[in-house]
Amino acid sequence: RDRRDRHRSKSRDGSRGDKSVTIQAPGDPLLDNESTRGDERDDNWGETTTVVTGTSEHSVSNEDLSRIAKDVDESAAPDCRRYLGPALSGALGLFAFLTPVAFLLLPQLLWRDDLDPCGTPCEGLYVSLAFKLLVLLIASWALFLRPPRAALPRVFVFRSLLMVLVFLFVASYWLFYGVRVLEPRERDYRGIVEYAASLVDALLFIQYLAIVLLEIRQIQPAFSVKVVRTTDGASKFYNVGHLSIQRAAVWILEQYYSDFPVYNPALLNLPKSILSKKMSGFKVYSLGEENSTNNSTGQSRAMIAAAARRRDNSHNEYYYEEAEMDRRVRKRKARLVVAVEEAFTHIKRLQAEDQKNPREVMDPREAAQAIFASMARAMQKYLRTTRQQPFHSMEGILQHLQFCISHDMTPKAFLERYLTPGPTVQYHKDNTAGRQWTLVSEEPVTSALREGVVFALKRLDFSLVVTARRIPFLQVREEFVDPKSHKFVMRLQSETSV
Amino acid sequence: MVSDTDETSFLLFQQRIEIHKLRQGENLILGFSIGGGIDQDPGQNPYSEDKSDKGIYVTRVSEGGPAEVAGLHTGDKIMQVNGWDMTMVTHDQARKRLTKKNEDVVRLLVTRTNLENVVRQSMQ
Repeated sequence: RDRRDRHRSKSRDGSRGDKSVTIQAPGDPLLDNESTRGDERDDNWGETTTVVTGTSEHSVSNEDLSRIAKDVDESAAPDCRRYLGPALSGALGLFAFLTPVAFLLLPQLLWRDDLDPCGTPCEGLYVSLAFKLLVLLIASWALFLRPPRAALPRVFVFRSLLMVLVFLFVASYWLFYGVRVLEPRERDYRGIVEYAASLVDALLFIQYLAIVLLEIRQIQPAFSVKVVRTTDGASKFYNVGHLSIQRAAVWILEQYYSDFPVYNPALLNLPKSILSKKMSGFKVYSLGEENSTNNSTGQSRAMIAAAARRRDNSHNEYYYEEAEMDRRVRKRKARLVVAVEEAFTHIKRLQAEDQKNPREVMDPREAAQAIFASMARAMQKYLRTTRQQPFHSMEGILQHLQFCISHDMTPKAFLERYLTPGPTVQYHKDNTAGRQWTLVSEEPVTSALREGVVFALKRLDFSLVVTARRIPFLQVREEFVDPKSHKFVMRLQSETSV
Repeated sequence: MVSDTDETSFLLFQQRIEIHKLRQGENLILGFSIGGGIDQDPGQNPYSEDKSDKGIYVTRVSEGGPAEVAGLHTGDKIMQVNGWDMTMVTHDQARKRLTKKNEDVVRLLVTRTNLENVVRQSMQ
């Protein structure tokens, strides 16, 4: 225990030394053990004492960094190119939809008097045509008239294939119509109506093809992909169907936003006090050798080997530091839980029978503000210990408290948001601006997923590495068990004399 | 009548015992009882160290019988009978191997948990 205390005091001294030095080079990692720079924020809530912070005008605070990151995000504003593809396909769809109607109307408008009268069979065809067009319209609305999920780097192969197919179809029908019907002023109106009906049938079949290619084919799982975040190793396995690499990337990102815990850059590094001990090795000087390029790798390897052989206790430091951190977090958490529980006992919902003794009636916002003060300090200390303070502002906490109060939640339900880091989607308020991701892949991104495909989805400060494996083929055999075959006996312990 | 060949091997701590069967009326008896076998419950065996051992153990040696004279003790595990392996046999197979009517002498290879100590003591 003495050794541990000695170690701890040694590391404390080191970090305290770091905190009191004022000048920091720009671009240095700005969060060390006890990040006191959070006190620079304007909403210095809950903290009544002033703390001397170690910053000069050359340092970059955490707030500036988050502001810069937000700027980059918002620069990906919704631009017109996002809507070009859907607009094009919408125009094509509308054109295809109105074509049969045009086929029917044009003869009536242009040469009505020459047409053969067409009685009951035509009316039957009108009815079926109308219903088929209605079905086409509803299905198109349900499936295709949706806001686009993502802007992909390359053209979406299946969709463009289908658009080309529809265009060719309708164009060829118009061609035939123009040459055979409009030119000679065809008089057989029933034939024209049947022709329009066949076009509507063909459109319905193309829509069926579109549904199968775009929606249904990828439902059956075929690949198991592993997604690993490069900064902290958070990983998950998903099952996807037959998709191209870019479509699979979009699907994976949608799962990422709700499954992975939020990326917290403050939680990543070993404390500097531990790593710095390793760095203080010996320097290697090369005396006057100009062309020592082939020696340098040998030298560095020797240095690394020597450093590894040296007996160091940094693992010890790390272990005790981790234990100390755990203890600190648990203590703060206990204080927070008690404070919140106690705060929640101060208010209760207004019941009908309380009307007789009038007390001051508050709406949820005022109630939240009334009880917030008693838990604010414990909350802030806890958030700072778990490095979560960039994600929760005072206003955010008040709003959450108001939300929980109005839904009759218990203190535990209120705290659930702060005790565990939630998925990324919980922390992003506005979802209108796009999120920029870069797809890094050695193969063309429109090629289909195969066994062993690896690609990465990069963002500014971390990336997700995705590996695909095929789901194995399953041999399922049958074994019939007769229910009457379940019989049991006691085990034997015989003794025989010989 | 009965001999006591005490041939020990250092590596395996096994003992070879030769029992001459005694004729009693129509039967040839050996004078001990066996328990165990691969079809029996090994957890009930009081003599085995490893309670999943399904070998044949000597559970009782009758006083003055051929087995006792030959040097068999209770708790011995019988490894071989006349060259036949007894570590993976059923109880009935073990009984049959021991009570063959055309054999007068059975040569057993047995092992005992504290045989090592006995050997050391006898060497000093």
